[in-house]
Amino acid sequence: MSHKIRVATTSLAGCFGCHMSLLDIDERLLELITLVEFERSPINDIKQLEPVDVGIIEGGVANTDNVEVLREFRRQSKILVAIGACAINGGIPAMRNHFELKECLEESYLDGIGVVNPMIPNDPEIPLLLNKVHPIHEVVKVDYVLPGCPPSGDTIWTFLTELLEGRPIHFPYSEIHYD
Amino acid sequence: MSNSRFVIDGKDIPFRPGQTIMDAAMAAGVYIPHLCHNPDYASTGNCRLCLVKLNGRYVSACTQPAIADSQVDNQIDEINQQRKTLLQMLFVEGNHQCPGCEKSGRCQLQAVAYYVGMLSPYFTHFYPRRELDASHPEMVLDFNRCILCGLCVRASHSADKKNIFAISGRGMDSRLVINSTSGKLGDSNFSAHDAAASVCPVGVFLPKHKGYEVPIGQRLYDREPIAQVGDVAHPNHQRDKK
Repeated sequence: MSHKIRVATTSLAGCFGCHMSLLDIDERLLELITLVEFERSPINDIKQLEPVDVGIIEGGVANTDNVEVLREFRRQSKILVAIGACAINGGIPAMRNHFELKECLEESYLDGIGVVNPMIPNDPEIPLLLNKVHPIHEVVKVDYVLPGCPPSGDTIWTFLTELLEGRPIHFPYSEIHYD
Repeated sequence: MSNSRFVIDGKDIPFRPGQTIMDAAMAAGVYIPHLCHNPDYASTGNCRLCLVKLNGRYVSACTQPAIADSQVDNQIDEINQQRKTLLQMLFVEGNHQCPGCEKSGRCQLQAVAYYVGMLSPYFTHFYPRRELDASHPEMVLDFNRCILCGLCVRASHSADKKNIFAISGRGMDSRLVINSTSGKLGDSNFSAHDAAASVCPVGVFLPKHKGYEVPIGQRLYDREPIAQVGDVAHPNHQRDKK
């Protein structure tokens, strides 16, 4: 047990559902942690990204912070994995792409039902929104994709175990779905 | 019975004169991926997904009459790759947000994409802006998913005798239009019982007041691939034949 595979994960414009699905591999997590070492991840709350073997990205690219984090993950990861519908095609957040960003902000913060103290947030600490939400492959090179909203725990398990064993990854029919 | 036969991927397929490659293959239980083909209506060959090689030349199986003693390649890597690319282009051209679509799980576009092993749409998304038509009391039309297969056009014309739908415009401007004074479905004589209401292979026609009726895991394509399950409009169609 000299060398464990180093894995980092992050959620960009996602809902953390894919991370919940990762936890859904249940007791197999115990087996997983004998094989991999988790670096930066919302699961352990480590904030600094060190070089890793596998970087797993949930969520699409919706703001400037997402771009920065995604590029950092690409730089530091030997293998970059897009996990879930949002990372692959923008997902539900990309439904705002049919509208102008201005329209979206006005609907949310000025004209929406039940808005009190209407104003569009502009604190300098809030990352600027991009005009459109993008799948991550439009920003960086992606090595593997795991579709699903979210991919099931079984899909993630199949992927990780076959990747770690260096086999071509083959999913049973029931483990690939787009929703 | 005729003795005419041809070969698909090494399997002997009998056919009657006038049958297309698709007709004969379906009758013999051989699956050829398709979206715009439905045996109840005249084939138009516009989705190109049923692309096969007939004696080494590309043809669409749904429009090409079978030829005696010919060799047809269907499930080969080269064609599978081309089908995958076609599907990826269909996915990025519209707004196919499967997690937010009521048709998900019984969508033929999705099922065929699973069948050919498409994991991502790969190309740059268009994210077109297309308005919904919710004017009809029984049916919503979500044009975001329309792949212009023309099945609703054909069904409304030949089965319903109503001519409610048409494809208008050319090239990138092609779109599904409604034959009513306002252009809205609610002002046409469409009924949810029309044949046109149940032929859509994707999620354009969404019956109102139903929503996500069937739980995930029990939907048409959740457990078995489309090659076994059959089309949305004809589940088990291929299996029933043989």
